[in-house]
Amino acid sequence: MHARLHAVVAAAAFGLAGAALAEGSTMDEIARYREMLAEGNPAELLEAKGEELWKKPRGPNKVSLEQCDLGLGPGALDGAYARLPRYFADTRKVMDAESRVVHCMVTLQGFREEDVTRNWYSKPGQESDIEALVTYIGGRSNGAKIDVPARHPEEARMAKIGEYIFYRRSGPQDFSCAICHGQEGKRIRLQELGKLTTQAGAGAAMGNWPSYRVSQGAVWTMQRRLIDCMRQARWPEPKYLADSIVALEVFLQKTASGTVMQTPGIKR
Amino acid sequence: MADPMKIRASAKDGITEVKVLMSHEMETGQRKDSSGNLVPAHFITEVSAEHNGRQVLAAQFGTAVSKNPYLAFKFKGGAKGDKLSVSWVDSKGDKRTDEVQIA
Amino acid sequence: MNHQRREVLKAGGGLGLFGLLAAAGLITPGEARAEWNKAAFDAKNIEDTLKALGAGAPASAAEVQLTAPDIAENGAVVPVGVISTLAGVEAIAILVEKNPNPLAASFTLPAGTEPGVQTRVKMGQTSDVYALVRAGGKFFMAKKEIKVTLGGCGG
Ligand code: HEC
Repeated sequence: MHARLHAVVAAAAFGLAGAALAEGSTMDEIARYREMLAEGNPAELLEAKGEELWKKPRGPNKVSLEQCDLGLGPGALDGAYARLPRYFADTRKVMDAESRVVHCMVTLQGFREEDVTRNWYSKPGQESDIEALVTYIGGRSNGAKIDVPARHPEEARMAKIGEYIFYRRSGPQDFSCAICHGQEGKRIRLQELGKLTTQAGAGAAMGNWPSYRVSQGAVWTMQRRLIDCMRQARWPEPKYLADSIVALEVFLQKTASGTVMQTPGIKR
Repeated sequence: MADPMKIRASAKDGITEVKVLMSHEMETGQRKDSSGNLVPAHFITEVSAEHNGRQVLAAQFGTAVSKNPYLAFKFKGGAKGDKLSVSWVDSKGDKRTDEVQIA
Repeated sequence: MNHQRREVLKAGGGLGLFGLLAAAGLITPGEARAEWNKAAFDAKNIEDTLKALGAGAPASAAEVQLTAPDIAENGAVVPVGVISTLAGVEAIAILVEKNPNPLAASFTLPAGTEPGVQTRVKMGQTSDVYALVRAGGKFFMAKKEIKVTLGGCGG
């Protein structure tokens, strides 16, 4: 309390230098706010719902998702998210958690893909099954090390494409991901933009998703996070589950490999 | 049917700490849907927590409690393995009860 | 509004949650509490809310503490906690002055429950938030301003 008062007084007395101090205390208060929300992260409700959806027989085939293979064998969930995206021989594609859940809902449960992906993210008054399922699957990697070495030739190719997209400037503003996310301590107003090109930076970003976004009052998956960043870069918005998104994920997860997941997370 | 709550209850030094997340939209009655119509108010009005059948907290909510309400409190007593249940009822009469064992 | 309230009563068979719980044998009938305080939740300013809660003009007390961040990133989710060191705390309420209806939530604490609760409330704008505590039949309060910043750019 006292420190805050000083910051305010200083801000008044020393103009610019003081403003920096006041901004520092604003950041502290926002950190406190997030800490208070992390106690009982609303994402945990979605996690519980996702677990229910995972285990319940659903769809035309009336089966659960418990035989879904997320890369570690049918039904093996612990640590699976931390090792995605990866190459799947059955589809001959590199897939992330979300593409794989959709794949399982279609192939195991018999849903139509367009029905499953129609509500791929939630809006007020409209829940998303995928969001819940992915939050649950992500949570089963809580505490696991991200491990995406991208050794399979297809994975290596996707990592390369992801890296290329990350640095390539395009669109009306000539933006690239690297312009916003390539430096330490870069900010837009008070938002810190992660430096995604180092292991620690990529780890701090990737390891917390799916994440409850305080500013949105909703949980976002990595697909949604990246699609929205492409919008921010003023690029054409890719389709949900597009290869370009998966490629970026491979690149970022590869960079983040070795860091420990803490999910579901809480973000601005 | 309403989605499950997430309840954590842990006993330490004779005090039980309870943290509850309830799954509910908590519609204020002020929000408009995509076609511009007001979404009617729909919110949890009452909550009750019981330890082995004895009430340890009662709450009344208005529409200003956040979506997916969170509630944390502590009470004296409670031992590992005891039952702790939380119930709510909302403005449409929907209700839900969940129970956990104190950890 | 009256109509809506009747719906609530009808849905609960006129019993309210605690009546239902008592009927289901979950709590003893003696524990059944007052029904939802419509007058207090519908009140449009602090004064009327306090009146509806039977609180009159509560004294500010250092023994009541409101724990909340100075700044909330999203007014839709503002964590607020109330704790008190007063003896015999029976009830706690949280009021947001500038909300259309100030009363957000009220709590009844049976003997043995620690005098403190935490929850999250919606705030339409920067406002004073009040913690109201009833102890030994008397009302006390604390207040704190919480600033609401609804995010900078869309990110
Ligand atoms: C115009 C600036 C801008 C551009 C360009 C941009 N982003 Fe972002 N990015 C943001 C902002 C703002 C956030 C949210 C930061 C916050 O709210 O804390 C963000 C968040 C992220 C996050 C989550 C970080 C974390 O800490 O959890 C990832 C991952 C990300 N961006 C990846 C990308 C990728 C990949 C691209 C290129 C397609 C990209 N961004 C392009 C501004 C940008």
